[in-house]
Amino acid sequence: MKKSRKQRNIVKFRLVVFASLAGLLILFSLFSDKLCPMDPYLQDLSNAKAAPSFVHPLGTDRYGRDMLSRIIVGSKTSIFSTLLLVTFISVFGSMIGLICGWFENTIDVILMRIADMFLAFPGLVFALAVAAVLGGGLQNAIIALAAISWPKYARLARSQTLTQKKATYIKAARLAGDSDWKLIVRHILPNIMGPILVTAVLDIGTMMMELAGLSFLGLGAKPPIAEWGSMMSETRNLLTTQPWVTLSPGIAIFISVVIFNLFGEAVRDWLDPKNGRS
Amino acid sequence: MRTLLRVEHLTKDFSTHGGETYRAVDDVSFSLGFHEKMAVIGESGSGKTTLARMITRLTEATSGQIFLEEENITRAKGHNLRNIYQKMQMVFQMPVDSFDSRRRLGDGIAESLINRGMKKAEAWEEAERLLGECGLGKEFLTRYPHEVSGGQCQRAAIARALAIQPKLLILDEATSALDMTVQKEILGLLDSLQEDRDMSYLFICHDLALVQAFCDRMIVMQKGKIVEEGTTDQVIRHPKHAYTKMLMDSVL
Repeated sequence: MKKSRKQRNIVKFRLVVFASLAGLLILFSLFSDKLCPMDPYLQDLSNAKAAPSFVHPLGTDRYGRDMLSRIIVGSKTSIFSTLLLVTFISVFGSMIGLICGWFENTIDVILMRIADMFLAFPGLVFALAVAAVLGGGLQNAIIALAAISWPKYARLARSQTLTQKKATYIKAARLAGDSDWKLIVRHILPNIMGPILVTAVLDIGTMMMELAGLSFLGLGAKPPIAEWGSMMSETRNLLTTQPWVTLSPGIAIFISVVIFNLFGEAVRDWLDPKNGRS
Repeated sequence: MRTLLRVEHLTKDFSTHGGETYRAVDDVSFSLGFHEKMAVIGESGSGKTTLARMITRLTEATSGQIFLEEENITRAKGHNLRNIYQKMQMVFQMPVDSFDSRRRLGDGIAESLINRGMKKAEAWEEAERLLGECGLGKEFLTRYPHEVSGGQCQRAAIARALAIQPKLLILDEATSALDMTVQKEILGLLDSLQEDRDMSYLFICHDLALVQAFCDRMIVMQKGKIVEEGTTDQVIRHPKHAYTKMLMDSVL
């Protein structure tokens, strides 16, 4: 059943609100260097572990670095590595899936069995193993997470391609003289994009958490780089005495993940065929 | 009469999941002349659609040969096949499904013209003219397939098939999904189009009354085989095969 105009407007409104919030967050992190009030790497041991004050609204960590500045700068590391990761896995995974679904030959069988292998391991444990083998560092953490998450997109794109390629309109387009390449670019890709886009946007939150998780375990961003996961890890034994230094990066992760998840859900509702949008 | 399409011993086997083969089309041979309207009739599962898909090369034939204007097209591929599609087009049963739901009808109609190197603006002008020929105004160019009725969409599909001026038009149950009055209109349109353009029709159908009204010649298929062949009048007045008689009875 098609939704009423009022419901459609609500869906659109939610999309606009959360898209702007997500956009603001990205813009904020893009200009974080200019926005932070103090040097996030400046150590001031005389002022270490200070409680929130007028000069340091979120206090200072054990080296006397301003927490607010570190969280602002950390947004760049956390958000941009996540966006890079999600873009890469969704594009790469979908391309693999599209090729597999379209040709349905030996390459399909081989690539899908490889994807199964990656899916057979519990995700984060496998990422831990990969990150441990490659050694720490943000770049290796991204590689590790990419290795475990691309098969999801490959499977999705493959099944979507299989459905679309049997459709009558593809036969008609073939008769209109489209080559395989044109069929894929003009017809298959636009028709499989929706579900992939939704999965990708909903994945931003998950990936942000997993990246922060790896950093927390010491397999992601290395000190002194400001990154929310590693900031929580560095300060975790101060949780009982100076809770603000641990909690503030945690809240930053929480807010970002919530914003991106709500944005993802809004995109999903908006692209839902029941929404009556063409 | 000169032959446009000739099919010799065409056979299609499908393998089922149980590992057995199922013969959908079994040793079918016939020929279709220029400016002829021939019907292929039979109940669902008789292999009509598979036959059409083999002729249009959307499905690979297991064995047999297909000749279009004496050119063997049975194994044509790639560029060759795209050239063949300039002589042969098909109209599908479900008009709305035969257009990409994310693109406008005009995009679909102009696609074949653009593929042949026509500029986009010219192709759209031609699409507008074709729509007019099929009885639709130019406002339909910018509509999406789900925004028009089945009959209107089928007219647009016919316009699309006519765009590159084919010699053979295969109509795969092209009127079955439409209601009676719209069926009549579409057949009238096809009749007048044939007058203007030199085209042959291969009219795949399960409705004997429509065939009688529309076609010169017919073949009757049952379980993948041709069981009867002849001019429409001859077959309908004096059916020889028991299956044809049964089809006749089911109409009356």
